[in-house]
This record gives sequence, structure tokens and C-alpha cells, in this order.
Amino acid sequence: MKYRATMGAARPRLRRRPSVLPGFGITLGVTLTWLALIVLIPLAGLFLQTATLSFAEFWAIVTSRRALNAFKLSFGLSLVAAVINLVFGGLVAWALVRYQFPGRRLLDAIVDIPFALPTAVAGIALTTLFAENGWLGSVLALAGIKVAFTPLGILVALVFIGLPFVVRTVQPVLLDLDAELEEVAATLGASRWQTFTRVILPLVVPALLTGFALAFARAVGEYGSVIFIAGNLPNVSEIAPLLIMIRLEEFKYADATAIAVVMLIASFLILLAINRLQRWSELRTGRL
Amino acid sequence: MDIGIHNVTKRFGAFAALDNVDLEVRSGELVALLGPSGSGKTTLLRIIAGLEWPEQGRILFGGEDASERSVRERNVGFVFQHYALFRHLSVFENVAFGLRVRPRASRLRESELRERVERLLDLIQLRSIADRYPSQLSGGQRQRVALARALAIEPRVLLLDEPFGALDAKVRKELRRWLRNLHDNIHVTSVFVTHDQEEALEVADRVVVMDEGRIEQIGAPQDVYEEPATAFVHAFIGESIIIPVTVEKGAVLHAGKPTSLGAPDVQTGPARLFIRPYDVGIGMPVNAALQGTVQRLHGIGAARRVEILLADSDQTIEVDVPRAHEVTAGQRVGIVPLRYRVFADG
Repeated sequence: MKYRATMGAARPRLRRRPSVLPGFGITLGVTLTWLALIVLIPLAGLFLQTATLSFAEFWAIVTSRRALNAFKLSFGLSLVAAVINLVFGGLVAWALVRYQFPGRRLLDAIVDIPFALPTAVAGIALTTLFAENGWLGSVLALAGIKVAFTPLGILVALVFIGLPFVVRTVQPVLLDLDAELEEVAATLGASRWQTFTRVILPLVVPALLTGFALAFARAVGEYGSVIFIAGNLPNVSEIAPLLIMIRLEEFKYADATAIAVVMLIASFLILLAINRLQRWSELRTGRL
Repeated sequence: MDIGIHNVTKRFGAFAALDNVDLEVRSGELVALLGPSGSGKTTLLRIIAGLEWPEQGRILFGGEDASERSVRERNVGFVFQHYALFRHLSVFENVAFGLRVRPRASRLRESELRERVERLLDLIQLRSIADRYPSQLSGGQRQRVALARALAIEPRVLLLDEPFGALDAKVRKELRRWLRNLHDNIHVTSVFVTHDQEEALEVADRVVVMDEGRIEQIGAPQDVYEEPATAFVHAFIGESIIIPVTVEKGAVLHAGKPTSLGAPDVQTGPARLFIRPYDVGIGMPVNAALQGTVQRLHGIGAARRVEILLADSDQTIEVDVPRAHEVTAGQRVGIVPLRYRVFADG
């Protein structure tokens, strides 16, 4: 007690106990500087450019029929694509981790192709495939389904580029699952399905949500692969990033940034919501 | 529920994890499978549970063949060394798991379920923390939750795989005494695997000593210690002085010289002489079974540890000598085994 009292008197301002982990100050500094340079300053530029518009002008631009349709298309299809990827990416990850089959390693490598392939190449390849005279397109045409140059084509492209995100986030979690958990569930009388829904799935949900969020974010911002297959008809198959490009080519920079700002805010809110959901499910699985 | 294990063999590739094992576990008994790692004890436990399948042999539960039944249908409680708790479920829900996954027809009403789980939580003395998650529990608490979860399904048989292996020494001692008391109260037929002989001897009604996929001896804790059936059991349980000897027509020879010790039941050939360190008398060299020179004395307590270099060999043995007995380093002494066993090699 006496020791502490004298210490306190001599150095009254050193109340904060230093953390045992070194480098807090410097890492925080570097992180913030980097974040500012790479993310915040460009975003601030976006808002500044938009600020040259009056609010009425801004509102007129972002609520124009063409812009609203583009937003609807971009966000709606991105959500649908992310949901599809959530289901099938989850299944692909499950199959790759849980089963041994010939060609497993090859399949594992193929999953990364949408990551690595230039998006324009992907777009052209998908368009060729799904065009009315293409391999798949000609078959689908018999059933009366048109894919290329329709919103359905956009969906196909978005599913294609989003798949690896779900697979790659879920895979390590499945690999880490303890086989004993399933064994103990079986001894307690759980069926395979009960073991899956009550034991495995709850532990994988946070990773599934992360994959979902990444696939969604990627899809919202996707440009290269979509414009080839979309047909790009205003109000029908024109995505928001393309509308931004068109406004830029018309030298209407403020119009372009206004649309961008709306996309930015909407994406941020959606990702924030997913993030909250993820934290909640992680708390529930006792990982934090 | 008694368990019968008949001629069970299990191979992993060329390695025989279990080699023609026969064992009867009586109803209500607490049996320990004791052996070094790789002796097949865990494999045997997993086969009883239905988590592994034997290549050959049968498992009977109460005289009824369980070999065709899956893990789900066997109604066994299994406790893993590392608990295997569901970390996304609270303590309460972990214990309730086996009741919640029952087929709809036999599922309990929520109030009955709560009552059953709470009774079990009282039993493991963890009712106050029913809402916590496994990550917030200590190792000992986790293992008790795992045990309650296994007991919730009212298993016919309780199987425990190194249940205290991951705990520190003090908690381990408390928990095994607690397990013993628990067993005395609920009398569920239980088999537990351990490599800790102290644990096996303290807790079990009967001990099954295993080595290299075979059962070496089955007996009460005192019997496997006092009357070891094989050289392995003698060496594995408790401390032993082991001296290589040869047996010729029932007489024991050490380094080619007669020792005045007899082994009438042991066939002629190389053998080993087993003595407990405290079963040795130290006397005059003349006429003693073995001779040696005292090298060093150490130790505290009722007996002193004396290191003796045997004559005619370079083997040093460690013997417990009562403190009152005068021994000094460098002294030539006679060694008289009061009780000993001889096992033929091979």
C-alpha cells in the first residue's frame, strides 16, 4: 500500500497500465493512416463531388426512373446471387471437406477460378455459353428460357463470381469441426439430420454469413463480367455501376457520384446489418 | 445391463488393435480398462459404444447381440476425454440434448424435461450455472457437464474414455472420488479407459489390464497388484525390481550361479525375476539369494531407498530398507527376496 501511494504521488498521470502486447500505438497509427489513404480520402472525394449538386438536384438524379431501376436490379440480383451462393457454396464446401472422391483436389482448385479469371473474360465466356446459339443457351432456348441479354444473365454472372467467397470461408470451419461432436450426438440418439441441423449447422453459420456478405459485396460492385451478358437495356438490364460509367462518359461527374453515393450508403448499411447478425451468431456459438 | 465381449478382433491395416478379446462386464459394475497407449483399450471402448466395428467377434448387451445395432440404438452414454461439449448450447441445453432429439413419440413434455435436466444439474452440482456456455467453465465443470449429458438419456451402459486425462492433478483426484460416489448411487454399468494405474486401482471394482491388443489380466484392484498374472502386469502396475535370470529344472540361476530361489512352475530357459522394492530383506552376504554392493542411500519417510549394484552383473537395483536397518555405502550385502515371482521370457 505504501509503495503504491508513493508511486502515485511521484507519477500521478501514469494511471493507464500498458498492455502486455507491444506496439499498440504504432499499429493503430499505421492502420488509420493506411485506411485514410486507401479508403477514406477517395470516399471523401466522392462526397465532395456530389456536394456540388443541390439537394433537389441530387434527389432528382437518384430517384429518376432509370436510376431507381438500376439500383433495384443491382441490389436485388446481388442478394439473390448471394443466397444462391450461400446454399450451393455451402454444399460445395461440405462435399470438398467431408468426402473423398476422385478429382477432389482438381475441383478444389477450380473453385478459385472466378477469383483469378479477368472478369471481362468471364463475361464473354458466359455470354458465348448462354447466347441463343451457345451450348447452354440453345438448349435453354428450347424450353423458352432466355439467359443472355436478360436480368437472368446478370444473375448467372453474379453467381459465378461470388461462389469462391462462400466456399473459401466455410471450408476451414468445416475442416476444424471435431469429429467427436458428431460421435457424441450419435450416442445421445441424434439422427444424422438432427446432428447436422443441431450440431454442425450452428457452428458453421457465422462462416456462412461471412461468405454471404463477401459474395453480396462483390456482386454489388461487379461490372466487367455483367456488362457483356446483360444486354444493358435501360430500366431492364442496366446495373447501377454501368449507369455510373455512362454518366461519366457523358461528363456528368456529379450525376455519377450521386448514384455512387447511394450505392455506397446502401451497401454499407446492408454489410453492417450482416456484420451484426454475424457477431450475434458468433456470441451464440460461444466463440467470443 | 451386463456386457459380453466375445472374440473381438479389430485391425487397422496390418496392425491388430484388438486381438481376440474376451471380457464379461457384470451388471452395475465399474470396470477400468488399464494399459499403455496403443494397447487397444480405447478401441475396445469405442467398439462397445458402436463407434467402431470389429472385424470379427460379437458384443452382447444383456445377452442380446448388439453388433447389428448402430450407435444411436445402443443407448450408451459416452464421455470423451476432451468433453466434446456443444459450445453453441448452454449447460442446460447440453444436458437436455439427448432428450430433445428423441423421436417425437417418446419426447418428454417441456416441464418433465426441465425437471429431469435440473435433477441432473443438481447431481453434478452445477445448477447455479445452467445458463452458462461451455467456454465459461473450468475443465472439471466441463467434464461433469459431459457426464450429466451422457446420463440424461438414462443409458444402459456408461462408457468413459480417459475421463480425467485432460484435468490437472488435484481436480482429477476430486473428480474420480466423485465419480466413484456417483456410481455407488446410481449403479449404471460403467467402463472407463485410463492409462493411470492409480486411478484404475482407486475407482474400479475390477481392473482389466491390456497390452498390445490383448487382455493380460482381469481382477480386483488388489489382485492385479498383489497377484500379477504376467510379467507385463507386474512391471506395469506398481514398482518392480526386474532381474534377468535363467531357470533350470525349477531352480533360479543369476549370472550362471545358483540363488537358492525356486520357480517350480517355470519352464527351463531365460526368465525374469520380479520383486517389489519393499519385499526385500538385507542381510549378511553369506547364503543370501543374491549379493551386491551398496552404492547410494537416499529418500525420506519410513523407508530409505538403497541402490545396490548386483554382484556378477552391472545391474543396479533400488530397494526400500527400513530406516532402523543399518546400511552404509560401500557395504557388501546379501539380498533376500521375501516375496518374488519368476516369469519365463517370450
